[in-house]
Amino acid sequence: MSAASSRRKPPRVGDAPAIRRTLIGFVLLTGAFLVLAPLLVIFQQAFSFGFAHFRDTITHPDTRHAIWLTVLTALIAVPINTAFGVAAAWSVTKFDFWGKRLLIIVIEIPFSISPIVAGVAYLFVYGLQGLFGPTLQSAGVQVLFALPGIVLASMFVTAPFVARELIPLMQAQGRDLEEAATSLGASGWRTFFSVTLPNIRWALLYGVVLCNARVMGEFGAVSVVSGKIRGQTNTLPLQVELLFNDFRRSAAASAFAAASILTGLALVTIVAKVFLERRGAGRRNQRPALAAPVVAAKDPTA
Amino acid sequence: MKIALDKVAKTFETFRAVRGVSLEIGSGELVALLGPSGSGKTTILRMVAGLEYADEGQIFFGDEDATDIPVRERGVGFVFQHYALFPHMTVAENIAFGMKVSKVKRERTQIDARVADLLRLVKLDGLGERFPSQISGGQRQRVALARALAVDPKVLLLDEPFGALDANVRRDLRRWLREIHDELGITTLFVTHDQEEALDLADRVVILDQGRIVQEGTPEEVCRRPGSAFVMKFLGDTNRLEGTATGGRADIGGTVIDAQDVPDGKVELLARPGDLGWRTEGGGIAADVLRVIDRPEGRRLLARTAAGDTVEIDVPADMQVRARDSGFIEVRRGNVFPA
Repeated sequence: MSAASSRRKPPRVGDAPAIRRTLIGFVLLTGAFLVLAPLLVIFQQAFSFGFAHFRDTITHPDTRHAIWLTVLTALIAVPINTAFGVAAAWSVTKFDFWGKRLLIIVIEIPFSISPIVAGVAYLFVYGLQGLFGPTLQSAGVQVLFALPGIVLASMFVTAPFVARELIPLMQAQGRDLEEAATSLGASGWRTFFSVTLPNIRWALLYGVVLCNARVMGEFGAVSVVSGKIRGQTNTLPLQVELLFNDFRRSAAASAFAAASILTGLALVTIVAKVFLERRGAGRRNQRPALAAPVVAAKDPTA
Repeated sequence: MKIALDKVAKTFETFRAVRGVSLEIGSGELVALLGPSGSGKTTILRMVAGLEYADEGQIFFGDEDATDIPVRERGVGFVFQHYALFPHMTVAENIAFGMKVSKVKRERTQIDARVADLLRLVKLDGLGERFPSQISGGQRQRVALARALAVDPKVLLLDEPFGALDANVRRDLRRWLREIHDELGITTLFVTHDQEEALDLADRVVILDQGRIVQEGTPEEVCRRPGSAFVMKFLGDTNRLEGTATGGRADIGGTVIDAQDVPDGKVELLARPGDLGWRTEGGGIAADVLRVIDRPEGRRLLARTAAGDTVEIDVPADMQVRARDSGFIEVRRGNVFPA
């Protein structure tokens, strides 16, 4: 082993320049083609018939209604699913009860089921030929082809998001912190808000952001239960499809205009998340950011 | 405050963790619950704290039946093995937590003053603004203790308090905990599986096995008069030699030693490495040296007797002995139990 050959050794295992360049290059290229390019095309196409056309499309009553419906659905579905996710993660990680494993599997189901299957299933539960359909109709409650159906289908699809983010983190944290707080005299609510919540807040935020993005973007399940009534039950993704399948020459531009709004909403969510994280991490000199699972307990170096 | 347990039992599903334990801890006493893992010691501690409820039996704090008082109102200070400090709060906020959530309202300045006092007590002045992740393990455990003491608990309960720390820090913290205890005089119960820690720190040691108390007493009592082979083996390195007892005398490979209260028949002699000696002539149990282990405080011989038992013997550092030497084991002390 000469000095020259040892100088060419990578500083760490797997850190050879060739590997590093190849990997980084691959990721950057794929990212650019797979994610960034389509994103840019959306905005470029949206304005391809000029700003006036873009403005007309997004101010069209049908599009405006679709935007409103999408935001309203998110405003209802996301808080409910957040509460459900926190409750489910709490139950699974802090209590022992019969059927716990089953609950974990049930929470996961929407991840593995195609959304369109969920939509069809809802059709048969709440539809006129379905289980509760006739009862609901005689009570004057319309679930399908109306807001309740859209919200329910969106909630089904996004049910696992918050819980899935929280369960591994809360499992790693164990019950020690809550037990410590209780032994110091804190009530259940106080323990949750002063101890549990601050330690899961970044995972929770991430879960909420994912959930929100999915609710706003959900197509399959919603397209089945909404009936796609223009200006009434069309959410933004459905409106995009509707515009895209139009026969006019400007159809693509209109569709992309609507799509750019959807993309804009998603970008706002992501930016909001980054902003909140920054603010949280910078608060109180060097308060440790708890984005990564902080295992307060095991510290072999200590 | 005096604590008393009366026939306390606890079963987890099918595992009987604690089987009818009765125990009294005098006011101001420092008591260790010592036992191997699965002996029920942590469960007992958690039942005293109110973190688990007893299936059977009662727990008294003074004259008050505390069995069903929830942990929140029981007024105990609990220190966890892995500290359980709130990672999003500073050291000072951690210590102040109990006072802030207390039903007794305190002024902000009052809380700050108490936090400063406690930081001084645990020798962490000036670290109040740090976060738990920014201090060492030993410091974290001292913060955990300060946090538990902040609520003026009636009793202090520590679950393997030094288990996650390295040997040197453990020894320092042990002495320091003893000093704090002597200064505050608070009734303290702690759990450990480390016999050295229990003997070093406690006024009284309670040894547990399979959910039952097998012996309790001062460190001197349990060391000098172990009540069973289990206690003897658990407390330290033990040699086991077989023999037979007749009329209060035990014959161990030709050496006869006193064995009163032991019924006639097969017996085992349990002896510490320091209770045995090595000599090249003059009689004893014939043996060959297998290996010599040198240690700072002396030499330890591994020897095999004619009967095939491997024995460890501590000898002075200046003894000249080598592997494959033949000689005799001298039994100076030992405890004889029916085999």
